[in-house]
Amino acid sequence: MSDIATPLLAANDLSKEFRTGRREKFTAVEGVSFDVHRRQTLGIVGESGSGKSTTARMIARLIDPTSGSVEFQGEEITQRSGSSLRDFRSGVQVVFQDPYSSLNPRHTVEEVVSAPLRYQKRTATGGYRNMVKAAMERVGLNPDHSTRYPRQFSGGQAQRIGIARALIVEPKLVICDEAVSALDVSVQAQVLELLVDLQRERDISYIFIAHDLAVVRQIAHKVAVMQKGRIVEQGPRDEIFDAPQHEYTKTLLSAVPSIDPRWDAGRCS
Amino acid sequence: MSAHPSRPASDAPVLSVRDLRIEFPLGIVVDGSSFDIARGQTMGLVGESGSGKSMTSLAIMGLLPKEATTTGSARFHGDELLHRSDASMRRTRGDQIAMIFQDPLSSLNPYYTVGFQIAEAYRAHKGGTKAAAMRKAAEAMDRVRIPDAAGRVGHYPHQFSGGMRQRVMIAMALVCEPDLIIGDEPTTALDVTVQAQILDLLAEVQEMTQAAMLFITHDLAVVSQISDHVTVMRFGQTVEQGTAEQIFSNPGNDYTKALLAATPRLDDVVDLPEPILTKGGR
Repeated sequence: MSDIATPLLAANDLSKEFRTGRREKFTAVEGVSFDVHRRQTLGIVGESGSGKSTTARMIARLIDPTSGSVEFQGEEITQRSGSSLRDFRSGVQVVFQDPYSSLNPRHTVEEVVSAPLRYQKRTATGGYRNMVKAAMERVGLNPDHSTRYPRQFSGGQAQRIGIARALIVEPKLVICDEAVSALDVSVQAQVLELLVDLQRERDISYIFIAHDLAVVRQIAHKVAVMQKGRIVEQGPRDEIFDAPQHEYTKTLLSAVPSIDPRWDAGRCS
Repeated sequence: MSAHPSRPASDAPVLSVRDLRIEFPLGIVVDGSSFDIARGQTMGLVGESGSGKSMTSLAIMGLLPKEATTTGSARFHGDELLHRSDASMRRTRGDQIAMIFQDPLSSLNPYYTVGFQIAEAYRAHKGGTKAAAMRKAAEAMDRVRIPDAAGRVGHYPHQFSGGMRQRVMIAMALVCEPDLIIGDEPTTALDVTVQAQILDLLAEVQEMTQAAMLFITHDLAVVSQISDHVTVMRFGQTVEQGTAEQIFSNPGNDYTKALLAATPRLDDVVDLPEPILTKGGR
């Protein structure tokens, strides 16, 4: 055996077809392969319709791939069901884009954040309350607000609730599907910092799906660029951003709006 | 790409906003906004959610809900826009003042062809025959570089991609040759490659028509590329105002600085925790 560890998660030749008519099929994802190691972040970037979210949903087993496989800690999970699927899901959590629509508006924060524990049928002495409070505290929310409802929080705070919910089962992998896209930039910067801090602290791995390349540069160790369902290029962050090989990656990078260089001499931070 | 740094702002402003204050029963949403936009110039209005930037544009267009109280003034070629009757505002809106919103799909009627909708916008203000208006629509679509414009006037909104739909909206905005174009996050919903094309198109259209433009967005990078002047808003207040050069190369306000620092940048390399690639870790 080699010294290189088995990746935490490996996607092998994943494809997904959707039926669009009696005889018509649409291939949303085709032959996608990548891996993620512990404490590593894979950024998946692409424009709308590139298949990045479909890929995320297959990894999380929210939808089944048409072909291909996903291995988590060296074990195939695409065929799992029942309690073994539940085991997988305690290791993998998802944070979605829109914090309000992904949090049940009729549940208090305590109910929302503890939901994965209940799904996992985990028991905790003295109930879930202390675990919820600890998770809330860790993501920067006031634990005394655990009886409030999601709508009583700002967008950035609501996204922290989503992160607290993901953290509560101590996952090894968190899939962030446009998790900071709907946030104001100043809030976005804080949430990105929180994600990196949590990674450092708990050795979490992320699959970070985003259309915003500048955001991906802030968080990903390596990057896969998707177009029309395929990965056109993948590699270490700095190679993709500083020396892109594929034409589409180059086009994408040159289209990212940046502060106009004419004004950008006196950069502040 | 798009900007035009040193065009003289010679004549009187097309739009002049003074001490604009908008109050809702629950509170003040814009507290004393003032700015001018001259012919051929773009004012970028930038801020985060709740800053009052969209409310400012709705007030200028007379589209605020009834419960809002507005004071101050917004003059278009010297004529007051605030507190006008709906009928009089409708004559100006879409004719001399055009709007482009974020989501083209919800701004277009799915039941009518795009050509019909652009032609209607034209005929509502300029009159003439339906055939003449349809020719105007095709011309406008051609001007925003929709390929085969003459053929595509008969297509419905869903037959266009997101970027092409936004071009249709821009064609509709341009068809009456407005002196003022108000864009409220017009590129926010678009993919980056499409956004770049639409920003180029807007700059080109402005160069051609010399319209004044009010460009509202949360994205500082976009603002820096398209604006001559910039107004930064926060919680209804104008925190800083100046030329694009002043705001971006020498911001004076702490909030402007914080916004610039928070804007993610392609050339930023952040320190990340080291991945665990070997057995046993650490």
